[in-house]
Amino acid sequence: MRNKLLWLVWITATLMGGGAVAATMHYGGDFRSVFLIGKTTSGHHQIEMACDACHTDMFGGIDALQKGCVTCHGDELKAANDSHPRSKFIDPRNADRVAVLDARYCVTCHREHQPGITNAMAVTLPTDYCALCHQDIAKNRPSHEGLAFDTCGNSGCHNFHDNRALYEDFLEKRHGEPDFKEVLLVALSNWTPPADQPKPERKALRALDADAPAAHRGALKHTADWAASGHAAAGVNCSGCHQPRKRTRPDEWVAAPAAKECAACHTAEAKTFTEGKHGMRQRDGLWVSRKDDFLGLFEDKGLPPMTPALARLPMKDDVHATALTCNTCHGAHKYDVKFAQVDACESCHADDHTKAFRMSPHNSLVDREASGDLPKGSGVTCATCHMPKHLVRDDYGTEKVFVTHNQNDNLRPNEKMIRTVCADCHGLRFTIDALADPALIKNNFKGKPAHHVESIDWVENRMRERARRQQQQ
Amino acid sequence: MTKKLTIAASCTALACAGVLAMGLGTPAKAGLFGSDDKKGVSYETFTDMLHLVMASDRAIYTKKVVARLAAKEKVIKASEHFEDEKALPLPAQMFRFGSEMVSSKTDKFAYQLLSLWPINKQNAPRTETEKKGLAFIAENKGEKPFYSEEELGGKNYFTAVYADVAVAGPCVTCHNAHKDSPRTDFKLGEVMGGVVIRVPMN
Repeated sequence: MRNKLLWLVWITATLMGGGAVAATMHYGGDFRSVFLIGKTTSGHHQIEMACDACHTDMFGGIDALQKGCVTCHGDELKAANDSHPRSKFIDPRNADRVAVLDARYCVTCHREHQPGITNAMAVTLPTDYCALCHQDIAKNRPSHEGLAFDTCGNSGCHNFHDNRALYEDFLEKRHGEPDFKEVLLVALSNWTPPADQPKPERKALRALDADAPAAHRGALKHTADWAASGHAAAGVNCSGCHQPRKRTRPDEWVAAPAAKECAACHTAEAKTFTEGKHGMRQRDGLWVSRKDDFLGLFEDKGLPPMTPALARLPMKDDVHATALTCNTCHGAHKYDVKFAQVDACESCHADDHTKAFRMSPHNSLVDREASGDLPKGSGVTCATCHMPKHLVRDDYGTEKVFVTHNQNDNLRPNEKMIRTVCADCHGLRFTIDALADPALIKNNFKGKPAHHVESIDWVENRMRERARRQQQQ
Repeated sequence: MTKKLTIAASCTALACAGVLAMGLGTPAKAGLFGSDDKKGVSYETFTDMLHLVMASDRAIYTKKVVARLAAKEKVIKASEHFEDEKALPLPAQMFRFGSEMVSSKTDKFAYQLLSLWPINKQNAPRTETEKKGLAFIAENKGEKPFYSEEELGGKNYFTAVYADVAVAGPCVTCHNAHKDSPRTDFKLGEVMGGVVIRVPMN
């Protein structure tokens, strides 16, 4: 009898324990971390508890993982004119290559939770992977004779996916550019819409125009800050943010408008914010809510905003718990763009590159612009490079400039910065060399590049050789 | 009258029986390429038809868009780097983009533009069939296509190779002048490469 009872207790406990484990895995909660099979890469670590973001289907195998990769990174690859698109490897004529390197799937090269074998760009293959298909490159490019098999991607010459600023004709066209261009201005900094483009009617508002009801007025400083902000200048009143559903719910007052209220107007900024490290935890669709599935018994809540405590880069000690929302950098009511460009970054980041900014040549341009010594658009702030402005044109030709809030967009590999930022002021040779010099990056570009990327010399050699052949003919 | 009715009824019955017999005799699902007891479209006809569409579209783009606007009217350039230079994509690029889109939508067929003298070395023949096919169409000056079967990655494919001929002046001048072109003596109307179409065989 006692044995039977013990068996019963044991089976019940096993079933309940197993059920709880399975439910935690399915529904979420802190305990979920026990299922992590290895340290997550720096690209994904802050969303590692949203397992479904990558594991889109429990039984979907590699295709379910691929779906997860493409959901977040697909557009980026398209925009980069991916040099190795999936379509190349689906092609039957490349079946032998696929047998060696199955590049139809992202996870062939980028395996998650494999810290021991994870290299730069979260590549988990040995670094000579280019040679698997291109080992005979020297046959057509004698300049590549004798190069080590692991130098293709880490020398500042090639990138597996994005070669928009690295292809030969691009180098050829820009090989002779001086280190510093004649006019040193950040492109788009002084952009205004074309004259023939319809502009929204805006009536600038003053403090007296504030339409917040007395009960919600708050401190006088709030009104004063707002009156001096771009919002007031653009005719956006208190109700614009605090009463997002003014027409349907006139009595509603949102005391602390969140990102979704900002997104109503700043759509591109809000979307790109959730594509970068600052806001990826808030990305739409990241968390699959299953609350209704199980009476809410298990914890099923989305990820809270990013905090410096979760970061893997050095951060200041006193801000570890600061939640990263729109207002963290922009400050409610004041929305001081200048603050968001440098001070906001410095208030959390404590790495050498950030700490060296104030003594950098780029910052001296900011100071000289502020003193009127240099024209508007001369200064180079943190945001200039890491959150550059983009000009977009819709299908009807209407132009708009927006500030990308995905600070990762051009960061890795840093050659992505060439076209989006550096080329505004610097020649290509100088830029490639500077971006390949880790010490120079660390001191925030104080000095000249100590590293030289030879690819531009090889391009020049080919140009000379071609000219010589043409002369002979 | 009765006799006429009987004949009419018999004819109708016979016709119905005939239709019924044909219907019963037809397999429920005959594939595009037929089944054991039903002949479908031959692989040759299928790839011929695909190629006709591809070649016609490309020729029209080359002549009516690129040659007209770039070479004749000179209102816009055509360039390999068409995005950077805000130009028209080259006809070969237009063709490749179509090929990539097809690959992303179906695995029922695939096609590529290859050459024995490719500007991009990745477009040189790789399989034995591609090598043989491109040599065949070059030798025959594009008069007839090349058909074969091959096994790739454990699957059998019907592979057809069609000559890709220089239809307009810019094809020749561009390929002869390109810094990566291994040949500089192409002439108008000459075979410059081939379109390889593959269909998996069940």
